[in-house]
Amino acid sequence: MSAWLRQHRQALASALRRLGLLNAVVIGVALSLPAGGYALLESLRGVTGRLALDTQLSVFLRPEAKRSDADSLGKVLRADPRIARVRFVPRDEALAELSAVQGMPEVIEALGRNPLPDAFVVTSSPASLETLAADLGKLPLVAHVQADAVWARRLAALAAIGRLALWLLSALLGTGLVAVTFNTIRLQILTQREEIEVSKLIGATDAFIRRPFYYLGLLQGLVGGAVALGIVAAGLWGLNREVAGLAQSYGSSFRFGFLSPGDALAVVLFAGLLGWLGAQLSVSRHLRDIEPR
Amino acid sequence: MVSFSAVAKRYPGGQEALKSVSFSLEAGELAFLTGRSGAGKSTLLKLIPAIERPTSGSVIVNGQNVGALKRGAIPYLRRNIGLVFQDQKLLYDRTVFDNVMLPLAFSGQAPREAARRARAALDKVGLLARERSNPIQLSGGEQQRVAIARAVVNRPSLLIADEPTANLDAESAARVLDIFVAFHQVGVTVLLATHDQALIERYGKRRLHLEAGRIA
Repeated sequence: MSAWLRQHRQALASALRRLGLLNAVVIGVALSLPAGGYALLESLRGVTGRLALDTQLSVFLRPEAKRSDADSLGKVLRADPRIARVRFVPRDEALAELSAVQGMPEVIEALGRNPLPDAFVVTSSPASLETLAADLGKLPLVAHVQADAVWARRLAALAAIGRLALWLLSALLGTGLVAVTFNTIRLQILTQREEIEVSKLIGATDAFIRRPFYYLGLLQGLVGGAVALGIVAAGLWGLNREVAGLAQSYGSSFRFGFLSPGDALAVVLFAGLLGWLGAQLSVSRHLRDIEPR
Repeated sequence: MVSFSAVAKRYPGGQEALKSVSFSLEAGELAFLTGRSGAGKSTLLKLIPAIERPTSGSVIVNGQNVGALKRGAIPYLRRNIGLVFQDQKLLYDRTVFDNVMLPLAFSGQAPREAARRARAALDKVGLLARERSNPIQLSGGEQQRVAIARAVVNRPSLLIADEPTANLDAESAARVLDIFVAFHQVGVTVLLATHDQALIERYGKRRLHLEAGRIA
C-alpha cells in the first residue's frame, strides 16, 4: 500500500473515532425538513401534473332539459372550433356508472328516482380550457361546468410556491449544517490542540494535520444525510398509514412516495459536501492559530 | 551541520533575546549550550527547527537557510531534527508506544516497520518494558527518555535538547545525558542546553556560553 493511501486511511480512522452521533442526529433532523417536504411535494406533483394535463370539461344540463335539447346543444358544441371531442353521457348511463360504485345502489334506492342530469364530456386544448368553461356556463340549459384541471392548476401553482419555500428552507438549513460542522471542528481542534502543536513541532505537514478534520466534516454530513432519509422514511410510513384509509374512502390508491434513489443519493452527498465545506472553513480559520512557541 | 552568523532575534514588543550570535557546529559534534536563565538559550535552539525566525543574520542547517524557508518546507526540516524539550511535550491520551509512533505516522511508514523502529528507539532509552504504560505513570526521568525516543525514532542527524535534565534528580539526569552521549558516539550531532556545570565538566565537551545575547 502506498504511503499516501495509508495516511488517508489513518485520517479516516481517526475521524471515525471522533464522529459524534449526536451531531449527526442534529444535522439529520435539520435536513429531514426540506427532504421530507420535497418528498411530499413530489408526490403531489404526480397528481396535480396528471390532472393539469386533463383537458376535459364536464358540462351538466339542467334537470328539466329534454333529450331533444341535449341533441341541439350537442350540435352547438361540435360546431365550436375550440372543442376537439364531445361525448354525450345520458342520465341513465350516468346512473348505471354510479350504481357500480360500492354503497351507491342503496343511496339511489333511497332517492327513488334518478337524480342525475344529462351531461357532456368535452375535450379541449389546455390553453382555452378556462374561457371555454366560462362560455359554456352561459349557455341556456347548462346548469354547471366542471373543470378538474382548473383546481389542479391552482394546486400546482400552490405547489410551486411550496417548492420555492422549500428551496429557501434548504438554503437556511444548509447554512445551519455548515455552521454546526464549523463549530464541531472548532471544538475538536481545541480538544486536540496539544496533539496538533506537538505534531507540528515534530514535522507533521499542514495537510496531514488537516486531513482528519476534513474527513470528520464529510462523514458527519454523510451520516446526517442518512439520518435525514431515515426520518423522512419513518415519517412517510406513518403518514401513509393514515393516507391509505382516507384515499381508500375516495377509491384512490394514492400514497406519498419516498424520494427517488437519485434524489436520496443527492441528499446524502449534498449533506456530505456541506459538512466538508464547514470543516474546510473551520480548519482554515482555526488551525493557523496553533503554532508551537 | 549548524551555522549561525550574526544572528539577532528581537521579539515583538522590543525584547532583544539575541544580539549577535555566531558559531558553527560540525557534523557529529556534541556541544553544551550554557548561560543563565533568560540568556537566550531557548531562543537560540528554537531558531534551528524554525520555531522562531531570526530578525537578522542567517541560520544554516544542513546547508539550508532556515530563516528564509517557506512555510511548507518546515515540516521536512523538522523531520531531520530530533527535538527534546524541558517539558517533554508528550501526549497523555495514549501509550508510551503510541507517543513514539507519532512522528512515523507523518512520514507514512509501513505499520510493521514503524512499530519495529519505535520499539528499537524505546529499547535504546531502556523503556521497552513500559511501552504499554501511559506516560503519566512514568517518573520525570522516564518521561524525558520517552521524549528522547520520540525525537530519535526518525533517525535524525541532529538532536537538540532544551534543558532536558532541569527537573530531574542527579541520577536520572546522568542517565538522560548518557543517552545523548551515546547518540553522539554513533555520529549524531547533538546540541544540549543546560546550566548544570558539574555535568558539563564531567563530559569535557565543547561549550557555547551565552551571555547578554552573544556567545562569550
